[in-house]
Amino acid sequence: MFPGTTAHRRVSTANDQNAYLAAMSQDHDHHHDHDHSELSETELRVRALETVLTEKGYVEPAALDAIIQAYETKIGPHNGARVVAKAWTDPAFKQALLEDGSKAIGTLGHVSRVGDHLVVVENTPTRHNMVVCTLCSCYPWEMLGLPPVWYKASPYRSRAVKDPRGVLADFGVSVPKDIEIRVWDSTAETRFLVLPMRPAGTEGWSEEQLAELVTRDSMIGTGFPRTPGAPS
Amino acid sequence: MSSEAAAAATAAIPSIPRDDDGPVFRAPWEAQAFAMALTLHDHGVFTWPEWAAALASEIKRAQEAGDPDTGETYYLHWLATLEGLVASKGVASMDTLHRYRDAWDHAADRTPHGRPIELRDEDFR
Repeated sequence: MFPGTTAHRRVSTANDQNAYLAAMSQDHDHHHDHDHSELSETELRVRALETVLTEKGYVEPAALDAIIQAYETKIGPHNGARVVAKAWTDPAFKQALLEDGSKAIGTLGHVSRVGDHLVVVENTPTRHNMVVCTLCSCYPWEMLGLPPVWYKASPYRSRAVKDPRGVLADFGVSVPKDIEIRVWDSTAETRFLVLPMRPAGTEGWSEEQLAELVTRDSMIGTGFPRTPGAPS
Repeated sequence: MSSEAAAAATAAIPSIPRDDDGPVFRAPWEAQAFAMALTLHDHGVFTWPEWAAALASEIKRAQEAGDPDTGETYYLHWLATLEGLVASKGVASMDTLHRYRDAWDHAADRTPHGRPIELRDEDFR
C-alpha cells in the first residue's frame, strides 16, 4: 500500500458484491494522483476471504448480495438526505452547494467524508438529471448508502447514456417529453449528487421532516422524492 | 431466509451495533463481513455461541493491545474473528488468506483507474 497517498477505489463488475468493498475505505482522503487502483488493507482482507470462501463453496456471491441488499438503508451515515433537505430550506446553502458541493457540505461540519469533487446538479421544471457510474467506486456511498445492484450493471450504464428516458420508464419514472434529461457519467475525479425538486405540499416543513422524503434513487436521478402523506 | 438468519445472529451476539430494526453498518465492507459470518454459520462452520466466544476473545485481545474500543473498530474485530475461525475450522489456512490478500493487492496495482479489479492467475505469482 501507499500510505498517505491513497487515491482510487474501484469496483469489480465481475463480482458484483465487491463493489461494496471497493466503495468502502479506511482513508477518505482522495487525491486522485495515481493511475492505478488501490484497495485498503481491510478491503484486501475482505476480498481475500470472500474469494477463498466462494472457491471453496461456502459462499454464493448472489446470496451474500441478497443479505447486504437487505441492509442497504442501514449502511453508512446517509448524509445526502440531510444535505438535500437543507438546500430546500436554505437558499444560501443551496447556492453554495451548487457552486462547490464538497466545500458546502464540508461547512456542515458533522457531515463527514464526501470526497474532494462532489458536484451537485439541480433538477428543475425543465431539466431532470441522472447519474451513471458503474466501474469506478466514486459512488458517494457516505451520502447515499449502497448503490442498487442494477446501478453497477453494465447494461444500465450503456442504456442510460443512449436511452435515459427508456431506462427511467423501466423504473416507473415518467419524465415528460418536454423535460430535458441530462446524464452525468461519474469519472475518477468527479462524483455527482442530484438535487431533486422539493415536493409540493411541504411548505413550512422542517429540515428533518423534509429529509424523510429524500430517497437514494431521487439523489441519483432514477426516482423522485416521496410525496407528503405517501407511505415511506 | 436471510432476515431470519440475521435476526438469530443479532439475538445471539448482543454486541452487534444496531438500531430498532436490526444491525447497522458504518461502511459497506462491514455488511460484507457480517453477511459472510451468516453464510458460514448457515453452512454449520460454527454455532453462534462459538462465534460469540471467539469474537469476545478477539475484542479482549485487541483491547489489551490498546484498542480504544470506541465502537469504530467493532467490525475489524469481526473480520479478524472470521479469519481466525476459517483457519481453525480448517476451511482455509491463514497462509491461503494471505496469498489471496496479496493477489488482490497485485490485481489492484496493475488495474488502471476506472476499470474493474479482477483476480487473475498472474496475481498469484
